[in-house]
Amino acid sequence: MNRAELDQLRDRARQAKGEQRVRFLVCYSTPCLSSGAPAIRAALEEGIAEEGRKGEVAVVATGCMGPCSRGPRVTVQHRGGQETAYERVTPEMARVLLRRHAADEEGPPEHVLAPDLPYFTRQTRWVLENSGRVDPENIADYIGRDGYAALGRALHEMTPEEVCEAIARSGLRGRGGGGYPTGLKWHLVRKARAERKFVVANGDEGDPGAYMDRTLMESDPHKILEGMAIAGYAVGADKGFIYVRGEYAVAAKRLEKAIRDAERLGLLGARVLDSSFRFRIDLRLGAGAFVCGEETALMNSIMGGRGNPSPRPPYPAQRGLWNQPTLINNVETLGAVAPILRHGPEAFAAIGTAKSKGTKIFALVGEVRTAGLIEVPMGITLREIVEGVGGGMSEGETFKAAQTGGPSGGCIPREHLDTPVDYESLTALGSIMGSGGLIVMGQKSCMVDVAKYFMDFCLDESCGKCIPCRAGTVEMHRILERITSGSAVEGEIERLEELCALAREASLCGLGATAPNPVLATLRYFRDEYHAHIREHRCPAGVCRFTDVPREHLGDRQAAQMQSARSEMEGI
Amino acid sequence: MSVITLTIDGHLVSGRAGQSVLEVSRDAGIEIPTLCWLEGLSPWGGCRLCVVELKGEQRLFTSCTTVAAEGMHVVTRSARLENYRRMLVELLLAERNHYCAVCVVDGHCELQSMAARLGVDHVRFDYLNPPLPMDISHDLFGLDHNRCILCTRCVRVCDEVEGAHTWDVRGRGTTERVVIDLDRPWKESTSCTRCGKCVQVCPVGALFHKGVTVGEMVKDNSFLMDIIKRRRSAQPFVERRRS
Ligand SMILES: Cc1cc2nc3c(=O)[nH]c(=O)nc-3n(C[C@H](O)[C@H](O)[C@H](O)COP(=O)(O)O)c2cc1C
Ligand code: SF4
Ligand code: SF4
Repeated sequence: MNRAELDQLRDRARQAKGEQRVRFLVCYSTPCLSSGAPAIRAALEEGIAEEGRKGEVAVVATGCMGPCSRGPRVTVQHRGGQETAYERVTPEMARVLLRRHAADEEGPPEHVLAPDLPYFTRQTRWVLENSGRVDPENIADYIGRDGYAALGRALHEMTPEEVCEAIARSGLRGRGGGGYPTGLKWHLVRKARAERKFVVANGDEGDPGAYMDRTLMESDPHKILEGMAIAGYAVGADKGFIYVRGEYAVAAKRLEKAIRDAERLGLLGARVLDSSFRFRIDLRLGAGAFVCGEETALMNSIMGGRGNPSPRPPYPAQRGLWNQPTLINNVETLGAVAPILRHGPEAFAAIGTAKSKGTKIFALVGEVRTAGLIEVPMGITLREIVEGVGGGMSEGETFKAAQTGGPSGGCIPREHLDTPVDYESLTALGSIMGSGGLIVMGQKSCMVDVAKYFMDFCLDESCGKCIPCRAGTVEMHRILERITSGSAVEGEIERLEELCALAREASLCGLGATAPNPVLATLRYFRDEYHAHIREHRCPAGVCRFTDVPREHLGDRQAAQMQSARSEMEGI
Repeated sequence: MSVITLTIDGHLVSGRAGQSVLEVSRDAGIEIPTLCWLEGLSPWGGCRLCVVELKGEQRLFTSCTTVAAEGMHVVTRSARLENYRRMLVELLLAERNHYCAVCVVDGHCELQSMAARLGVDHVRFDYLNPPLPMDISHDLFGLDHNRCILCTRCVRVCDEVEGAHTWDVRGRGTTERVVIDLDRPWKESTSCTRCGKCVQVCPVGALFHKGVTVGEMVKDNSFLMDIIKRRRSAQPFVERRRS
């Protein structure tokens, strides 16, 4: 296929869409799939067949529409451009919607999501521009929304250097957590001299509670492939790997289909868009280890080895897959590439703060009214996210802290709610931007318990290669366990801090080096909670059970209470 | 071969391009503590004892994996590094069951002498006391997981020098263990050549000859560099024959 044919395909796709009078978009992303989307789609298709409305009314299974906490989600589009969003749809309701909308009437208002809901209006969608709009399994849908146009432009109008330069000018930084300037990384790989080079898309996403990358891969797989191809052209690679976490079966299936479809149309393969550029993409499935998201472990895993990290330097840009220079980027980073080339790097750079440009996707979860996947401009304050996009705290909850960066990040307390969300500000607060997990906690969360939860995660996910992480996380967890069960003594916080410093500085990879972050951040902002646990055997949030308080510290009544609490727990 | 000059602990030293900081340092007579590193095997970077400070860098670097560069300023000894090294050894001692008094390598153990050298006279962390098995199925050698520090010297020597790749690791975190073939008893291994290299390079009492008792197992890994040197000198001939 050449560029003219791509344009024709785009026009045909748009025309075909225009012929449908009413389109039912059903969210087919994992949260909605598990809350009943397939039954809704079936009900709609049945209804259309029964009423003989094929051709005029269409059902499209799309990616994520958000808000995920209010699924299953359906959006109805009319040819004139009117759109209605429905939440918590049931198959019965789907039939009602079909009947009403086919007759140009509105559906039940109590299920309508107002278009002026802050959740929708406060988002800025770049990377998720197609999410919930296109059928991820239909390449024509993507092309109809200018898909692969950026690749065409890059291949035919720009030199590789210009592409790298455009990405550098956009100010895009790595969305996998580190925030390394993407343009700079591309330049490094482009300049490296080697027989072969590779591009890797990191879709391993191991943060508990985060699902940005999964959603992106499920909702708009072609955007990632297009970004990878552009990256391949820019750095001089002819082969790409996309590494998907093993649990993400839906994402893997859609990516696989997307790769096949793109190859069939000549958008990937031997002569991409009729140019001399050759680029193939292979899918690799992980086995669900958090550490396999770390770039060197991920590359070992792609090469068929054990997912152990290796010391850097050498960095992947110098020596990566099979010792060749390798560009590794997070899937969200690569998802931003095509929109940047289409709208211009300046437009992307116009969003955000001085050092953090563009938009960032967050998985907003926890005690907020409207939870779900959101894409917001960098520099938005945490308050705007929680109170605006998220619609405020859940019923009866008041804000205590928000955790960003998952097990590698930290909590941000109430007094810093007005901090702009950008790489530098979050780091200064002792947290990190991370890959986009954002957990909002209310007063019922115990911060020591939260730190313990993440440490438990890390000790389980430590690969075992180096001792400060392998045994250090276990020792830190033991101390936290003692604090929450009441057997800690004075001095344990200090020992905990020593272990934190060791893990942070002496670990081989980022997992061990960042494992102390949740502890350090909670110690920084909620040290009094630690003291309450140790000195008074009191958990201010009422979470911890103190089942191991030494007998001599207890009065008789307390001892009896502890005894009954303990037997209750053992009974569970 | 180009020569590079760098500063280590205030001394101006020179080395060959491509050498690691550890190698240059050792050649200059400056000893850096190591456990997983062994001359002749590929560097691993797991024990972290050889971490050093580099001028202009915040984080620490393992000297075994860092290539020495012209003009580098390296610090191998500082209060911070010594404190961390002591803690690392404490963690190794706390992680499994290191009861020197009943160990086959008591008195000849690299972990034990490292603890003594770094002044580790007690362990401040919880002993984890994991219940670990032994494998004494083989007629010549024994494996005691209780003493293993997961340095992977056995894995590397078997793969890189003997070429058998009998050893590997399984599991992760503190549940990680060295395994033989795909985790079978040693005597059932179909790849093991009974060469015993793993036993000799193991720094602790995890691998031993059967029949020895407390303190009797003395290891000798001098064979390793003999082999490596002979290989290196044969290399040009091998290459000529290939081409
Ligand atoms: C323990 C650990 C886990 C990681 N997991 C991921 C991940 O799931 N996805 C990801 O993109 N990056 C992850 N990273 C970061 C990668 O190592 C790497 O920096 C990133 O993929 C680079 O892409 P970027 O520059 O586009 O962010 C992880 C790092 C560490 C230390
Ligand atoms: S820090 Fe943890 S995960 Fe990373 S190499 Fe060390 S043991 Fe493995
Ligand atoms: S058995 Fe010995 S050589 Fe092998 S990993 Fe354990 S301590 Fe190291």
